[in-house]
Amino acid sequence: MSNGCACQSQVTREHMDEVDRLIAPCRGQSGNLIQVLHKAQNIVGYLPREVQLKVAEGLDVPLARVYGVVSFYSLFTTVPRGRHKISVCAGTACYVRGSSQLLDRLSEDLQVRPGGTSQDGEFSLDVVRCVGACGLGPVVTVDDDVYARVHTEKLSDILALYTKE
Amino acid sequence: MKPVMITIDGLRVEAEAGAPVLEAAKKAGIKIPTLCYLKEINEIGACRVCLVEVQGARALQASCVTPVSEGMVVRTNTPAIRQARKLNLELIMSNHLRECLTCHRSTNCELQQLASDLGIVELRFAGEMPPYDPDLSSPSLVRDPRKCILCRRCVSVCEKVQQVGAIAPQERGFNTVIAPAFLDPLGSVACVNCGQCALVCPTAAIHEKDQVAEVWAALADPRKHVVVQTAPATRVSIGEMFGLEPGSVATGKMVAALRRLGFDKVFDTDFTADLTIMEEGSELLRRLEEGGQLPLITSCSPGWIKFIEHFYPDMLGHLSSCKSPQQMFGALAKTYYAQKAGLDPEDIFVVSIMPCTAKKFEAGREEMNGSGHTDVDVVLTTRELGRMLKEAGVDFNALAEEEYDAPFGITTGAGVIFGATGGVMEAALRTAYELVTGNSLVSLDFQEVRGLDGVKEASVNLNGTTLNVAVAHGLGNARELLERVKSGRQYHFIEIMCCPGGCIGGGGQPIPTNREIREKRSAGIYRADASMPLRKSHENPAVQALYKEFLGEPLGHKSHQLLHTGYTPRDRH
Ligand code: SF4
Ligand code: SF4
Ligand code: SF4
Ligand code: FES
Repeated sequence: MSNGCACQSQVTREHMDEVDRLIAPCRGQSGNLIQVLHKAQNIVGYLPREVQLKVAEGLDVPLARVYGVVSFYSLFTTVPRGRHKISVCAGTACYVRGSSQLLDRLSEDLQVRPGGTSQDGEFSLDVVRCVGACGLGPVVTVDDDVYARVHTEKLSDILALYTKE
Repeated sequence: MKPVMITIDGLRVEAEAGAPVLEAAKKAGIKIPTLCYLKEINEIGACRVCLVEVQGARALQASCVTPVSEGMVVRTNTPAIRQARKLNLELIMSNHLRECLTCHRSTNCELQQLASDLGIVELRFAGEMPPYDPDLSSPSLVRDPRKCILCRRCVSVCEKVQQVGAIAPQERGFNTVIAPAFLDPLGSVACVNCGQCALVCPTAAIHEKDQVAEVWAALADPRKHVVVQTAPATRVSIGEMFGLEPGSVATGKMVAALRRLGFDKVFDTDFTADLTIMEEGSELLRRLEEGGQLPLITSCSPGWIKFIEHFYPDMLGHLSSCKSPQQMFGALAKTYYAQKAGLDPEDIFVVSIMPCTAKKFEAGREEMNGSGHTDVDVVLTTRELGRMLKEAGVDFNALAEEEYDAPFGITTGAGVIFGATGGVMEAALRTAYELVTGNSLVSLDFQEVRGLDGVKEASVNLNGTTLNVAVAHGLGNARELLERVKSGRQYHFIEIMCCPGGCIGGGGQPIPTNREIREKRSAGIYRADASMPLRKSHENPAVQALYKEFLGEPLGHKSHQLLHTGYTPRDRH
């Protein structure tokens, strides 16, 4: 749950303009809500209140409906994404090999719940369903890099590679 | 479409093609339990307590969303069906805050009734309560997610009938909750306080903000002179709280009942309804003469006012500057009446009995202090008054009828019909016609503006000029009418009421309120009008005296100060 607070807003003018251009051809077309939200999230990185408002206005959908969709689908997020995106695979193969311990450990170390972003804005943490590397489980990805057979002890070394010099 | 023949529990039944099995069964005298179903408004098959067996179908079907088809064979009462319905209801009950003994809806709750009807005397499951606290932010309504069964009736009404969309299902799974966007408090969003959601909620998950205690306190305070006003629509609905047929005209009993409660004076909002006609009628004539902004749109309905402030702020100039009759009453009670009765306005406590939850919000608007005090102190809904009378042990049905007090109890039939959609228009036409043409009307009944059609239009000839008028009730219909205005349709005068049916269908009225009951209450309103000796606002002698003794003339300086107001553009969200 998030209150959609915009105080740590990272939305730039350019992003907002791009969202405007995205919405323009769909004016008043409430049927496009999910698609438009998805694209808006791709542009901005997340869906803060101001972006949801814009979508509600543009598509002529009540804001309550927009937030309803955003808060229903786990693919949407209302908090800014970190500079690096960590994903832990929770597919069956990875799960039985202990991916949930990895997730717990990361949550604890970064002080962030799955779906959230660390305080310093460096890392966001997500759970994904099977990345298709079942033989290599448990799998953790950071941005575009895939790490196989990860142990909890290896995590800090991995993270260190991405921590600001 | 051709009707179809189906078999329900061995009975051959003719049913309208495409109708839900549930409705076909109802026609055949078979009552299938429902919880989420609201005819034509919420047909989503969510609760699954209406399960039936359809021959040839693999699983039991939700009869509210299963259309009939030719030759269909349905069974509604088998052990498997009863068991499945029970199980579904038990699951719904398992995470419901079951506190019937101390609940607003006890004895008027569909969930409670259903648990009893289905014979649930023991719960096999105990779930966790939804992780949300009650939302007390709205001046009109309380939301309590712990009593919400997620039937979504409120959402459908808010979105489809009122077209406000203030609430929707948020989050997912166990965390699902009906709330505004971002789980914001209801009092901070573009909710118009109409209470239509509360009217359709099967449980106490949305209910009026209960202010009965404040009224008891005022009545018990020896320094307070407590006066009460009753809205037009309450006289045809209060009886329902005591088992009377909807639409029974219980004016005299209600007056008597209010005296039993200890009010010092029992007055009638119909009086200020008549006054509204004088002020608003003059405003209309002035705009017509001086080329002011047309159409003029009525301003009696606070839910409608908040709606236009949020959604059509560019059209605020069309609104009449008249306060609603309830607020005019408050302003006069603490000035004119205080003077006449030799009372310090500080000591006067004004209570309104309204069919409406939005009036609670209206009374708290900061501009509503024309008298130099808070014009109206507390607004109670019809439901709250019913509860108060029960608490006081008033045997409503046994009361002898009594009359309102003077001067604000002297009223006309034109004031009464404010309670039904089209009534303000009709009352205005009665007066405008006679004042402009100088002729007496042969028939006072303007049938074109009566009834439950969503948008009604009429043209009236006033001394050679044609007056085009329109009436809408329910905010979805209001939207449609405003769009017509925007697209250039020429009207001179428009009446808009927030609630379907007008105030007789208000969010503070007894539950249930449905189309059939609205029709009955509306018929009651027109019966009450027909039985009044005076039926035109300009003939109200007490209104005439008020102008002579105090106000001067319609739209005069004093009127301006006490009876008129302004509006605030608001955000859409
Ligand atoms: S909402 Fe109904 S079932 Fe729930 S506590 Fe109140 S009366 Fe009982
Ligand atoms: S009071 Fe009216 S506007 Fe507000 S949530 Fe209920 S139905 Fe919607
Ligand atoms: S608040 Fe009432 S009407 Fe709305 S979903 Fe919950 S139980 Fe149903
Ligand atoms: S009434 Fe049919 S599913 Fe709820």
